[in-house]
Amino acid sequence: MGKVLVVTSGKGGVGKTTSTAALGAALARGGENVVVIDFDVGLRNLDLVMGAERRVVFDLINVVQGDAKLAQALIRDKRIDTLSLLPASQTRDKDALTSEGVDKVIAELREKFDWVICDSPAGIERGALLAMRNADMAVVVTNPEVSSVRDSDRIIGMLDSKTLRAEKGDRIEKSLLVTRYDPARAARNEMLKVEDVLEILSIPLLGIIPESEEVLKASNIGAPVTLNNPNSAPSRAYFDAAKRLKGESVDVVVPLERVGIIGRLFGRRVA
Amino acid sequence: MNLFELFRKKTTAPVARDRLQVLLAHERSVIGKSDLLATLQEEILAVIAKHIAVDREAVQIKLDRGASFSTLEIDVEVPLNAAKLARPTGEAGVPASA
Repeated sequence: MGKVLVVTSGKGGVGKTTSTAALGAALARGGENVVVIDFDVGLRNLDLVMGAERRVVFDLINVVQGDAKLAQALIRDKRIDTLSLLPASQTRDKDALTSEGVDKVIAELREKFDWVICDSPAGIERGALLAMRNADMAVVVTNPEVSSVRDSDRIIGMLDSKTLRAEKGDRIEKSLLVTRYDPARAARNEMLKVEDVLEILSIPLLGIIPESEEVLKASNIGAPVTLNNPNSAPSRAYFDAAKRLKGESVDVVVPLERVGIIGRLFGRRVA
Repeated sequence: MNLFELFRKKTTAPVARDRLQVLLAHERSVIGKSDLLATLQEEILAVIAKHIAVDREAVQIKLDRGASFSTLEIDVEVPLNAAKLARPTGEAGVPASA
């Protein structure tokens, strides 16, 4: 039986899709059998970030409505064969997604994969609730910035009340992934420190992803950052986070971009 | 103020942290329940309107959410002829118990 993980945040643009792709690819590279699912009906983007946008034939709604078999809708990654994608529908009405239908698809995926990673849409509406509904674990993606932290607090409240686990009285394992972190600005007290965010949200830390140009470079070409440049600072942070998801204990450090002699001479740039 | 403080720039992250702590303490207690202060505000205004004809625009309401307590400040401007303008309620002469 695989684990179901939701990547969520409340606020948009904080890095849910980037993190879903990066963590999914990192787990798959470690030999795990992984499927990533896009729940953002009407605004799908996980296919684009994964570089599979031209291979989409069927989507989650087709499977839910019985128009396609699950095996027909799954897109296997061309770089890693243990990584698959179930895309969202771009054209259908999001009301076509029913909770019973989603439960059935997730149950089927649990049988086939070690990890079922659900990429939540932004907001606290139906789509976000459907994405978190079946989750055993949640990764709350947060930027060190007031509006993102506030929205994450709201989402944590929903994870504790609106998921199937919560309704049964079970706990859902939640952890915090701080993204776009700039250690130099945090040191200058211009940015919330990770400790501040942890104290406010009071959930365990999964990882700290430093702000980096590598993330945009990877999405430009349609590759998870952990595949495009595995040695870059954000990739190393995602690989560590993936290990922690598997239960390994890895010390949390903020990886820095390696700076050459020229970089040192002309001023250090963090991440 | 010593020389060190003089040259140190004002920092913003601690302000962000404090604002979030106050806000979230409030939001966590309120979400899922009805907003106590909003309910109080409505009911207090209803009681006042029962006895005095007040213009709603002459009522100033201020809310300040603090870390350990919040204050609801209601400032009612009572006109001189307020009692005369009051609508008869049938309970005239009975002291308000609210």
